[in-house]
Amino acid sequence: MGQLFNLQFLAGHIHYLLFIVLMMTGLFIVVDKTNLVKKIIGLNIFQVSVFMFYVSIGKVTGGTAPIFPMDDKYHVDKEALQGIVYSNPLPHVLILTAIVVGIATTSLGLALIIRIRESFNTIDEEDILNIEQEMTRDDNIKYRDVAEGLI
Amino acid sequence: MIDTLTNTVLFVMLVLTALAIVRMERLFAVVMLSSVFSLLSALLFVTLDAVDVAFTEAAVGAGISTVLMLGTIALTKPIAKRSRHTAFVPLIVVCVTGAALVYGTLDMPAFGAYDAPAQMHVGPDYLARTPDDIDVPNVVTAILGSYRGYDTLGETAVVFTAGIGVLLLLSGLRRRREDEDEEV
Repeated sequence: MGQLFNLQFLAGHIHYLLFIVLMMTGLFIVVDKTNLVKKIIGLNIFQVSVFMFYVSIGKVTGGTAPIFPMDDKYHVDKEALQGIVYSNPLPHVLILTAIVVGIATTSLGLALIIRIRESFNTIDEEDILNIEQEMTRDDNIKYRDVAEGLI
Repeated sequence: MIDTLTNTVLFVMLVLTALAIVRMERLFAVVMLSSVFSLLSALLFVTLDAVDVAFTEAAVGAGISTVLMLGTIALTKPIAKRSRHTAFVPLIVVCVTGAALVYGTLDMPAFGAYDAPAQMHVGPDYLARTPDDIDVPNVVTAILGSYRGYDTLGETAVVFTAGIGVLLLLSGLRRRREDEDEEV
């Protein structure tokens, strides 16, 4: 951990620390907030921070976006290509896929929230827990005789 | 230098937006702020040279997911309750996880290093081969559509499954409501 106080080391790693701060803000929303929509938003923040972290791995200092120059016949201009530094395109591709999968999971979560609201008439986690406990207590009272008869 | 400055300003704005989301209780404002968060992160993706990721994030994160969330809060309640428990345990969980992650990044190569392990193997290979193999200017397109086409196929399968899931969960919403009305 002593490296953290080395200025040159810190300059190279400050981005990672900042991504982690954002990630932890998202995690805090997921763990602390009881409203389900807010939890989904916290999950999104966490997710986007992971994406930024992942894309930052592909960044090369002095590099540019991985799009080649074209000649006038719309083919890649191989001569103009020489000497240009490009960032790594592979993390970009993987994160593009992840963003689309992320919106799929978000929409599924939101649909689940709508169903929960239909059944429980609330989207607050603590309220749902209370209702569940009440239902279990009622069931226990209702079926106590039956259960005792079985023994 | 100017890059670092831009990144830092964007980071400060991102962190402020995230903290505002933590504090807010009106869900409409929270959804709008999450849209702002996506837009800011799209700007950060541009400075990280990931222009394709940036416009996907702007379209999907700031566009579609905002619309979906607005639809959800229209169908549910627009104001979140203040939670009754203390934030002490969540804070400890977050701090411990954050410390573990920071410890994990200590061994990583510095940001933007050209000799990092990620810059050694397939990435440069794709860059070198795309002009001859596929001849499209955008390397991200080449990898997405051709070299890693199966990944994209899998992604389509995931989106299809999620679409079916949403349809099954929400189908019959109106019918169930009418049934309830009749019972009442």
